[in-house]
Amino acid sequence: MAYMHIGKDFVPPDVPGKVTGRIKYSEDYTREGMVYARLLTSPVPHGRVVNIDASAALAMDGVVGILTADDVYPDGEPQSTGLKILTNEPTLVGEPILAIAAVDEKTAETAMALISLTIERLPFVLDPLDSLREGGADAYSGGNTFVFRQGFAQEKWTSDQITSFQNGREPSAEPQQSWEYGDLEAGFASSDFIYETSFSTAGYPHMSMEPRSAMAYWENGKCYLHGTSQSLTALAEPMANIVGVPLEDFVFINEATGGGFGQRSRAASIPSMAIPARFSQKINRPVMMRVTREEEFTIGGARQGLQGWIKVGFKSNGAMAAMDMYCVSDSGGKGGGGDANSAAAGVSALYQAEAMRFRNTSIGTNTGHRGAQRGPGENQIMAIVAPIMDKAAEALGLDRLAIRKMNAAQNGDVSGSRSTPFTSAYMPECLEQAAEQFDWDGRKSRARQTNGSKVTGLGIGQGYHNAGRSGMDGIVRMLPNGRLQMHTGVGNLGTYSYASTSRAAAEVLKMSWDDCDIVTGRTDRHLAISSPQDGSNSIFTNTRTAYGAAQDMLAKMKEIAAMDLGGAAADYDIDGSRVYQITDDTVGMTYAAVAQRALELGGKFTGEAEVPEDLNSLTALSVSRLAGSALMGIYHDPRHAGNPPGFAVAMIEIELDTETGKFDIIELVNIAECGTVVHPQGLKNQLVGGAVWGIGLSVLERHLYDPQNGIPASTGFWQSKIPTYLDTPANIGTGWVDLPDPENPVGARGIGEPSMGSVSAALNAAISDALDGHLFDAAPVTTDMIINHVAGISEEAIPLAQNNFRG
Amino acid sequence: MVATSHDVMPDIELYQPTDEATALALANTLGSDGWLLGGGQDTYGWLKDRNKTPAAMIELTQVDAWKGIKETADGVEIGAVTTITEIATNPLIQSRYALLSTAAGRVASPQIRNVGTLGGNLVQDTRCWYYRRGLDCYRAGGNICYADSPEGLNREHALFGSSRCVAVSPSDTAPALVALDATMVVSSVGGQRLIAAQDFFVGPARDITHMTVLNEGEILTAVRIPNTWANAEFYFEKVADRNVWDFALVNVAAAFKVSGGTIEDARIVCGAVECVPRRLDAVEDAIRGQQRSEQLAEEVASIASAGARPLNYNHFKVPLMENLVKRAIRG
Repeated sequence: MAYMHIGKDFVPPDVPGKVTGRIKYSEDYTREGMVYARLLTSPVPHGRVVNIDASAALAMDGVVGILTADDVYPDGEPQSTGLKILTNEPTLVGEPILAIAAVDEKTAETAMALISLTIERLPFVLDPLDSLREGGADAYSGGNTFVFRQGFAQEKWTSDQITSFQNGREPSAEPQQSWEYGDLEAGFASSDFIYETSFSTAGYPHMSMEPRSAMAYWENGKCYLHGTSQSLTALAEPMANIVGVPLEDFVFINEATGGGFGQRSRAASIPSMAIPARFSQKINRPVMMRVTREEEFTIGGARQGLQGWIKVGFKSNGAMAAMDMYCVSDSGGKGGGGDANSAAAGVSALYQAEAMRFRNTSIGTNTGHRGAQRGPGENQIMAIVAPIMDKAAEALGLDRLAIRKMNAAQNGDVSGSRSTPFTSAYMPECLEQAAEQFDWDGRKSRARQTNGSKVTGLGIGQGYHNAGRSGMDGIVRMLPNGRLQMHTGVGNLGTYSYASTSRAAAEVLKMSWDDCDIVTGRTDRHLAISSPQDGSNSIFTNTRTAYGAAQDMLAKMKEIAAMDLGGAAADYDIDGSRVYQITDDTVGMTYAAVAQRALELGGKFTGEAEVPEDLNSLTALSVSRLAGSALMGIYHDPRHAGNPPGFAVAMIEIELDTETGKFDIIELVNIAECGTVVHPQGLKNQLVGGAVWGIGLSVLERHLYDPQNGIPASTGFWQSKIPTYLDTPANIGTGWVDLPDPENPVGARGIGEPSMGSVSAALNAAISDALDGHLFDAAPVTTDMIINHVAGISEEAIPLAQNNFRG
Repeated sequence: MVATSHDVMPDIELYQPTDEATALALANTLGSDGWLLGGGQDTYGWLKDRNKTPAAMIELTQVDAWKGIKETADGVEIGAVTTITEIATNPLIQSRYALLSTAAGRVASPQIRNVGTLGGNLVQDTRCWYYRRGLDCYRAGGNICYADSPEGLNREHALFGSSRCVAVSPSDTAPALVALDATMVVSSVGGQRLIAAQDFFVGPARDITHMTVLNEGEILTAVRIPNTWANAEFYFEKVADRNVWDFALVNVAAAFKVSGGTIEDARIVCGAVECVPRRLDAVEDAIRGQQRSEQLAEEVASIASAGARPLNYNHFKVPLMENLVKRAIRG
């Protein structure tokens, strides 16, 4: 289909500000009378605050006040594992205990040193298996796990069960969570190749560029909070609840966000932003809370690490007949994360296992709080499964591309525990396109060729994430000057999707982009609710709402034209600036005139009547405040049917030096299958950025905690090992399949997360290939692991270790 | 106890001398209270974290006499506050002492090389994360080593020369300068003393709280590289987790005088395996007078790691060190 805007590059309006540095992040704001808060955080991995003596600090010149957990929770802290604003019962090092405010940061830091904190140390644990073991410490005072609607609980396995699992055998303990489909036993019975192993994947911090700093002040009973988010409208209402202010008295300001990464989408993941808000309320001064890089390590949270056991069976033709997976998930110090379930769902979607069983037990540790990080679960597990696919191909005498095609998801296929059908799926086409762009046939003979100490390895990786939601709202307004105002709550993360999804409205109204304005940045600009903008859903979800709101406006425009010019609404069409009669295009009205007329008519045309009843509360509030201001298009998006998938395929060639454990990436292509392409440059950015992150997951990134005292060792950019320019190829090939999805009005689906998983999977497969098919069954595969393998060294590493080394 | 994260500089006096005499006088007067500031890359973290609390900083980079690269009768002299970038890109160094320019080019990242100085790269403190974290380890004046313990995270730590502390030398330029038989020029109000690069660095058995022989009031002001190894055959390689920014897991700096394929003399030095750059005399002895070849490299590589005492998580350094030495010898 020929589009005016969809599929075309454009310059998103925030780009000049980001290039020049003029755009503002939360730390860049100031307010008259503003004071600076600094945090006192937990020095111990698990403890109970016995006493805080801040008298000396508060007596210092320039110190303005203190905020403690007793201030924010006067009736006691919530009894759950979730993140707290401040706490007297920290369950990880670095958890905020109190904040102190002063006229400048140096004074606040100096004052902090004068605070006497008495804290009772409690037993701590860094590894879920250590906590599961009988007699092992629990991460929380009430147990080592938290059961929804039931509370804290204690889960213990026998030592024999733990040891058996660590030695690679199927766990025998009852899992907390399970699902299955198909006949697993029959699947394995029909398999000609079965691979069974234990595996582990590391947790690691988000480490986005912008720390979660926030500034807040109160004015005339309203709380203004400058913060960070992946969607300012999805975050606003729950954040208002955390602050303790009615939604109508809460203004959230977030012009730009320096990296979403998954844990800025929901307020419960960043309750620390309420600290300056509550502090400001207490001391009646604007409060800036700048979060340091080290604090960001803790406040920002981490990807879950998985320890698991997996058994996969393949038929002689390469079809995955059965997949059995058992995970022990590390829920960290605050009980978050659902990665294991997503991992299993991802395997089901990508490899179409005929029978599958998933089991999981989630156990807390006194380490970073866990939650979504790009492709949570899917991206870790693909790095484990991709080399297994190659092992199966080798055992069955199949081409590695062919075995993936054999199991590829197509239209009509289903996946997951509920056998949900895809809205559309073109994985075979994606594999084909990647193979062509990479020249798989030409390159595959180079696999395992040696050149001195260097060996060539090839890898194919596939990525998946459910990539679309619905149930959100859209608002567009036409001003009497003919300009279209598109009110979006989608976060400005650097993906540009806040802008590219808005273009669906301009597309419907056939308007020049120059005549359109995106209204965003703060909630008192009266925005529509958007999805949290995580889970690769923005493109699918928010083009639906923008499109729907514009369709509502279009109908109203035609109705006004028919009312004033005669005939029925169906007799009219538009050309981007006029509504005109189809039979006589000289009869018509400009968009500006229609908007002016709408103001005169009022009622449903200006949002003062016949507003959709099922709008989300924040949208309804926005509509009520915008009512009467312009011609309005208002839309509540109904639920869609099926699972809109985001797929990606990466192919990679590396040259691995067996003497150093290092490798060069010779060629890397990353191809998307995400429906119709909305914004090519934005998609390319996603594919390249995902590739860099995938390299990090595959070989570099992990967080480390010292078993002796529970302190984190990887709090900075340096130790967190985020890939640098020279760890990534200068050129990363990109491409896309570009076939429309029927559940989206412009055919689009999301892509963010799969574009990382594809590369982490491909790179792990390539390393395995270069090492004669050796499987590490782990991610990351670090330099030392490769050197040890080549040298035949087995270090005294703990099998399946989490938050520590795995040799 | 690490209760909070700081990232604001504390109140501190800043001295910015522009001549040698004033700088040396300040160093003498302030003693351990005066922190010598080069490019600041191993300064601001310590001070912001409040893990080092000097009363003053003496900024050395405005003393012109301690800057730049000049040819001397016996080689070259490099001022200690010359930036790493300048050393990496200097034509004289590149043409005669490519070992050093190559090593300098692998230090940290371009941004750090642009402000970091040679002196700073040489006297920087160890990167043991327990020590950097502010824990009360031996090196910090305490009575425990967290890294050399049954549960310690010691992947980056020492194979050799441990004495209560298992931290390693983090520098990339130090092994190169030891291999080049460089001399450190150490100045104080009392005059100058010249110290062979190999003797400049000290291990924990001799001084567990310092990495060099510098005394209070002394400043490393220059490095002299003799002609001895000019235009020799060099080999430098650094293996780190990442190709930018990271410190070496192991590095090797080697210089060979080869005639007709025969190694007449050699220097081979490894970094990040000991608290000091580790000169591999035994390997040098084994290859002197031998034909430089793949076979020779294979034969002597294991000598490089003789005596290594791996910790829980750094066994990989043994084959890595052997492999790097092998690669250096075969060239």
